[in-house]
Amino acid sequence: MRADHGVGEAVLRRARWGHGETAFWLIAVAAIFVFPDRYLILTEMAWLGLFALSLDLILGYAGIVSLGHAAFFGVGAYAAGLLAVHGIVKEPVLALVVAGLAAMVLGFATSFLVIRGSELSQLMVTLGIALLLRELANKFSDITGGFDGLQGIVIDPVLGLFAFDLFGKVGFIYCLAVLAVLFLLARLIVYSPFGLSLRAIRNNPLRAAAIGIPVNRRLIAIYTLSAFYAGIAGALFTQTTALASLDVFSFERSADLLLVLVIGGAGYLYGGLIGAVVFRVLQDMFSSWTPQFWQFWIGLVLVLIVLIGRERMYRGVQWLPRLVLRRIAAARGHAAAPDRSAS
Amino acid sequence: MTALPTILFDGIAYGMLLFVLSCGLAVTLGLMNFVNLAHGAFAMIGGYVCAVLVNRSGVPFFVALPIAFVVSAAVGIVMEQTLYKRLYHRNPLDQVLFTIGLVFMAVTAVDYVMGSSQVFIHLPEMLQGQFQVFGIGVGRYRLMIIVICGLLTLGIQMTLANTRFGSRLRAAVDNPRAASGLGINVPQVFALTFAFGSGLAGLGGALGAEILGLDPYFPLKFMIYFLIVVTVGGSQTITGPFLASLLLGIADVAGKYYVPKLGAFVIYTLMIVILIWRPNGLFGRVAQR
Repeated sequence: MRADHGVGEAVLRRARWGHGETAFWLIAVAAIFVFPDRYLILTEMAWLGLFALSLDLILGYAGIVSLGHAAFFGVGAYAAGLLAVHGIVKEPVLALVVAGLAAMVLGFATSFLVIRGSELSQLMVTLGIALLLRELANKFSDITGGFDGLQGIVIDPVLGLFAFDLFGKVGFIYCLAVLAVLFLLARLIVYSPFGLSLRAIRNNPLRAAAIGIPVNRRLIAIYTLSAFYAGIAGALFTQTTALASLDVFSFERSADLLLVLVIGGAGYLYGGLIGAVVFRVLQDMFSSWTPQFWQFWIGLVLVLIVLIGRERMYRGVQWLPRLVLRRIAAARGHAAAPDRSAS
Repeated sequence: MTALPTILFDGIAYGMLLFVLSCGLAVTLGLMNFVNLAHGAFAMIGGYVCAVLVNRSGVPFFVALPIAFVVSAAVGIVMEQTLYKRLYHRNPLDQVLFTIGLVFMAVTAVDYVMGSSQVFIHLPEMLQGQFQVFGIGVGRYRLMIIVICGLLTLGIQMTLANTRFGSRLRAAVDNPRAASGLGINVPQVFALTFAFGSGLAGLGGALGAEILGLDPYFPLKFMIYFLIVVTVGGSQTITGPFLASLLLGIADVAGKYYVPKLGAFVIYTLMIVILIWRPNGLFGRVAQR
């Protein structure tokens, strides 16, 4: 970002709600009616999108690389499962918040470990924490059900009104609503002065500290928030599938999540959501080709993305829409090309 | 009840094996600052090459071991020249994504070709069973591992300390720019080291098939162990990872024996504590970059 006189104005302009965004959410809502037989995969896209959004908050906005984001997802998932099994909090929305808070506590506690040290030790510590939790869940199998996972999760109707149906319609609408609310919240946060200070930290922590940004406190705050989001995503997973097993903590989940975010592009919030849609469609396609070996193609996609270069890929994807927008803008008489830095 | 010395012995064998498996990674991470999560894939290649040669073609075990080394090293150098080389100057996130992709591909490709079940290598008679020394049960196979890995470790240490290549390598570690200014062909040193490290991993995979188990998920299962060795040992010396491997091996064997339920929990906790306490590794020097 160049620092010129119109910084405040530029920030405001970027924060303005665009037509593209309206279109995005209209399509999302339209999906309820257009794909009535695809609710299960749509639901997956919704919670995966939320999960990727939570990673975007730390990776795209604060530059924290995590190989173990599944830790928070897993805590949220188990929390929601346990709350339902033992009937502690019956109402799903309330249980969702409680599960999110549980993940948030863990996020806050571990943030002190993560923000220290180089990128390599960040990777190792996040990975270690996720593996550690997996071992814990395995060890306390009388609580978590061990390898078999939690048994007998029954989720009550949402708000006491809408029972989860077999086709997953309620589940999808529920996930979409949660996603939309949390997305709007994240949008408010990243365009606030707090969010801008995060970007400053990502670009150069030393300079950010020099202009008076409390770097560590900001990083702890966003890491904790991100854990909350991931916890909610995990809880949504458990509530819509009635499953919570050890693989919620698995390394593959964290790795897939990175891929989701990379497909969509980090640092503009929609990346996670778009990535989730593309990833699920790809995964569906690959597993219909080679049912057991879809992971091979996922790996190939990762390798190709890196070899092509993430920047170059995004530019390639944006080339056509930008051309169209520029034409429209030129036709209107002012050449204001939209500028979006996706890094 | 198994005596403490036997646990110690098994732990040392396990630790030495871990060292041979991961010292290649210590070099890639320390020398090139390259986060190579696919390191275990090279070990897996070595393991499967050895298994196929011994089980299907009837090649003697001790002939198959060097072949495993050569094949893994060859794959390593091809990968280095075609792919890894392009990524040395990219950020860690790209390297992580790339190598995770490679792991996924390697895992599923091996699963497709060899099947997902665990593979055992038929060992020669002379390596099976135990014998007693002063009342301590000594497994023949583990003894062989200690001997081979011990010799390798000595060889690596001597190479690094005494040969011309060793001095070039150390120069390239400390300051690649100054090293290339002195006429050292740094990319060539990188490539050779990478190949050698991959070869060692392959040899370790072949040797370890008996102890660690060999299946397509090997690279994912042991990734964390290799990373622990390197991060705890520090990536700037070879003694650091060596001591860290021994520590990890003994701790893992003893942990599994005395507190089987806690399992890997102790090890992960230790790793995180050590990383927080000394971010450059237990035996690492203060980072210069």
